[in-house]
This record gives sequence, C-alpha cells and structure tokens, in this order.
Amino acid sequence: MSIRRRIAIVVSAFAAFAIAVMIWAPTVGTTSISLARAFDRSIPWHDNVDAQIFFVARLPRVLAGGLVGATLAAAGVVLQALLRNPLATPFTLGVSAGASLGAMLAVTMRLELSVLGITSIPLASFAGSLLATAIVYALASSQRRGLSTNVLLLAGVTLNAFFSALILFVQYLADFAEALRAIRWMMGGLDVASYFPIVAALPFIVISFAAFAMMTRTLNLLSVGAEAAASRGVEIVKAQRLAFVSASLATGAAVSLGGPIGFIGIIVPHLVRLMVGADHRIVLPASALFGAAFLVLCDLAARTLMSPLEIPVGVVTALIGGPFFLWLLVKRS
Amino acid sequence: MRDLLWADNVSFRYAAGAPLVVEGVTVRLADGALAGILGPNGSGKTTLLRLLSGTRRPTSGRVLIGDRPLDQLSRRDAARQIAVVPQETELAFEYRAIEIVLMGRHPHLGVFTVEGPDDIRIAQEALAATGTSHLSDRFFHELSGGEKQRIVIAAALAQLGHSFSAPSVALLDEPTASLDLGYQLEISSLLTRLNQDHGVTMAISTHDLNMAASICRELILMRDGRVLAAGPTSEVLTPDNVRRLYDVEADVHVNDETGHITVLPVRRIDSGSRLPAPGSRGNPA
Repeated sequence: MSIRRRIAIVVSAFAAFAIAVMIWAPTVGTTSISLARAFDRSIPWHDNVDAQIFFVARLPRVLAGGLVGATLAAAGVVLQALLRNPLATPFTLGVSAGASLGAMLAVTMRLELSVLGITSIPLASFAGSLLATAIVYALASSQRRGLSTNVLLLAGVTLNAFFSALILFVQYLADFAEALRAIRWMMGGLDVASYFPIVAALPFIVISFAAFAMMTRTLNLLSVGAEAAASRGVEIVKAQRLAFVSASLATGAAVSLGGPIGFIGIIVPHLVRLMVGADHRIVLPASALFGAAFLVLCDLAARTLMSPLEIPVGVVTALIGGPFFLWLLVKRS
Repeated sequence: MRDLLWADNVSFRYAAGAPLVVEGVTVRLADGALAGILGPNGSGKTTLLRLLSGTRRPTSGRVLIGDRPLDQLSRRDAARQIAVVPQETELAFEYRAIEIVLMGRHPHLGVFTVEGPDDIRIAQEALAATGTSHLSDRFFHELSGGEKQRIVIAAALAQLGHSFSAPSVALLDEPTASLDLGYQLEISSLLTRLNQDHGVTMAISTHDLNMAASICRELILMRDGRVLAAGPTSEVLTPDNVRRLYDVEADVHVNDETGHITVLPVRRIDSGSRLPAPGSRGNPA
C-alpha cells in the first residue's frame, strides 16, 4: 500500500470515529433526545424541543470539547517531537500556568472588560498564555543558534513553578468567592453556553493547525535529532520556532476556551502511536481527531456520571490520565 | 580528478569569544575520494564535518561544493548533495527501519508531497546496498548497533540517491565507534564497496587507525583544530605523524606483499600538552 493511501485510510477512520462521537454525544443527557427528530426539518423550530436541546443546549459544548481536545492533543504531538520527549505536554512550557495566572487576575481584580463579546477571563487567560510563551521563547532563543530545547524545557518548568507561586499569592489575597471561582476555572470545564467563544478561539487554532499541517514530515526529522534534521535539509531554526510558536498559540486559545484541561496532550498521542506507529503525518491528524473524540467522551462522563451534579472535565481527564501517565513512565523505564 | 567538496581556509568558533575549534583548515575532497580524518578527541573532526556538510557556517573562510559556495545553497539543495552519518542515532519515538531510510528523501520532497514509487524504490535500493533489506520492517530501536549504523548509512544513500547527475558526498562521523570487531569489519567493507561500486565520495572521521589505513586512500590528520598533515595514506601514516598527532609512540608496519598498513601503539609520550599523569606535577623535566 502506498504511503499516501495509508495516511488517507487511517485518518479517515479516525475522522469517522470523531464525527460519530460528536453527533452521538449531544443526544445523551438528563433528557434523552431523538437524533431523527432533532434533524427533522418538517417540525417547526419552536415546536422541536429535541432540536433545541441538540443545537442550543448541547452542541456548543460538544463542539468546544472537540476543538479543545483536538488542539491539546495536536499541540502535545508537536511539542513532544520538538523536545524529543514523549512525556512532554502542551503545558510543559508554561502556557497553562500563564493562562491560569491571567484568569486568576481577571477574577480577583474584577476585570469587566470585554472585547467583541469575549469576557475578561478568557481574554486574560489568553494574554497570560502569550506572555508565558514570549518569556520562554526569549530565554530559549538568547542562545546563539536556534532554540535550545534544553533551555526551553528548563525555562518552561521553572516558569510553571513561578507562575504557580504567583497564582497562590493572588489566591491568598482574594476573597472566598473569587478564589473558588478561579479554582473552578483551573479545573477545566466546557460549560460553553453559545457558539460565540468557539468562533472567537477558532482563528488562532486554524492558523496553528495550518502550521502543523506544513511541518508533519519535519517533525519526524526533528524527533530524530536537530543536527541530523539539519543535514537532511531542515531549516532547524525556522522549524523549531514555527513548532514552538504555533503549538503555544493553539494551546493558549484552547485553554482560554476550556481551561487548563490536563493529560489530553499526553494520553491521546500515546494511544494513537500505539495504534498507528510513529510517523507524524499520521500521528498528528489522528491525534487531533482522537483528542476531539476523547475529550467529548470525558465531558460526557463528567456531565452524566453523577448527574445532576457535574464533575469538572479536568478532574475526569486527570483521574484517567494520572494513572495512565505513571503506567507509561514505568513501561518506558 | 576535480575537487568536489572543498573547505578553503575555514575557521570556526561555536560562540563569540569562545576559542576557535577549527583554525585555518583547507581540505579538498576529489570526486570519488575516500578520505579519513584522524585526530585526538577535541581536535575538531566533528566540527570540520559539520562545516563540510553546511549545517554550520564557518566563522571565516568558505566551503565550496563543485564551484558553488555552500552557503549560497538552501539547506534543502545542500542536503541533496551532502549526506551525514552521525556518530549515534537515538530516537524519541519508535520508527521502523524503512521509515528512517525514507526520511533521507526529505530534501527531495515538497512540503505536502508524500514519498512516491521512485522514493520507495530508492530506499529499497539503499537497503539492498547496505545488506539490510531483511530489516526493513523491524523497529529501529530493536536492532543491534551494527544494524542501526547500516540503516543510518542507507538513509544517507537514499538522501543522495538519484542526484548522480550532481556530485554527492557522504560524511561519516566515527561510523564504527560503538561497534565490536565484527561489525567494524562489516561497516568498513560496506564503505569500501559503496565508494568503489556506487561511486559515493566519502570523508570518514575515526579513531580507528587500522580501519583508516585499510580503507582510506587519503588521510587528513587534525590536532587542536589545525591540519597537521594531509595526503595519500601511505605517505601520511608514519610513526612520526602518529607521535605528533596523539603523543604516542607507534610501530607502523607495512606488509610488503599486500601493502596493508597496521599501526601498533607502543607507549604514551608525556609532551606536556596533555593532562599530567597521576602523581606527576605536569612539568616534564
């Protein structure tokens, strides 16, 4: 089978799975609805309760889950290749800590600004993620030649710890209700009530995915080593910068939409590699699609398992992801 | 024979203010050459290979491929003509051998192009040339050191494949360093065969004087970033040069019948430039 054909078949299979999950998920909930009825155009909209629940109450949340899941999984793949470390996550380089600090500040300072209908918390978290990205980038590219992946890693881990300290400090100064609201945000949640936040995050994610699409073969070479990639014709400096910036931008946009939902960016790429091998031309799109389905399913569990109580989806992914991560670590060593 | 790859009085430092690791080196590789680069650790062999491959640009001087300055070529165009076999290849992910070899086709493909039948045929020919066709679908990390090295050499061949109209060079950095005697021999004969039968021009850095003596027709001796001597193997590999290169007394034996040269190190000479031996004050009387 030709390589092109193999890529097409595998990616189509993952796409079919993701689409099936995303059509099925909105039908599940406290009120079960009929898919046939929801899509029945002969019933007037105001009489079609199933359609209203499907399109207004549940679909935005499922789409948000799909978008965030796809983005975090794809960003995870890119950063793992860039850092040549399968244990890296989209949050390893400080993006989520910056975003959390931004959200925390927005909550405690009672920022009420809104740009184009986007409220202060997603705005501030996106700004925080950009700030963290800029700091790590500046530190790592102060090296003479390209980005030093070691400096990237150290700067990211240190920035994570430093921002966490700042978050705790701000939290300490905040009152109880504010602190609770911020903590709730940091648990991650896809409680999206309209299509608007999705549309707002979409441009950043689309731009990043366009960059991802261009670099899949380069990621194969980068993961073999920078020097080796350079000798095979990769413009290392350009490739590393593009990978880091696009992955960080996408992660920042996803976190502003769903909060820092952990473990998606590591579990999904690993499961996908177990299924399809290591070639990034397959791993990257398959991870994005599988990530979408995976987060939508986790969110489905989050809103149905203890219904009417809703578990934060970040808690669900962490409960699955934590043990999985440890298993991975033991398996590798 | 005309010069294919030519370093013209190149110097290099890794960072501003750092010492020069390569200093005023001129090296000429003729079309079809099989040259060895010898020298102690830290003598600048690996850096010289990086300058020759164009992955680093010299601080001063220039590198030419054919008649063109290497830095005028894009990384992609340079990679079509110059392939590198690194000392060791460690993967972060579990690729199969054929995937590693196909990665050599990178500079021949567009951003969204996928390897076609031609690329796959070239990769299979490269596997055949290195005697690794049977390893094609095995995971790289499960292979032995010698098998891995042959796969990486196959990737370099696939990278150069089909650019025979344009001159091509393979640069190998200590290709036998981590291999046992059997694999060393295997890689040595593979390199000779690739050079003679497939016409691949090669420069090989190595610590193995006997391998260099048996397969390289010419040698470049490097010490402290400079060229100590260069020329045909039989002229360059003398006891005197070995002493100047490594501070080691050596017997250099030439077999009258076969012409084989063997080097037997006898003892270390304390020249003062090396680390002092334990107990000594580093001050040769």
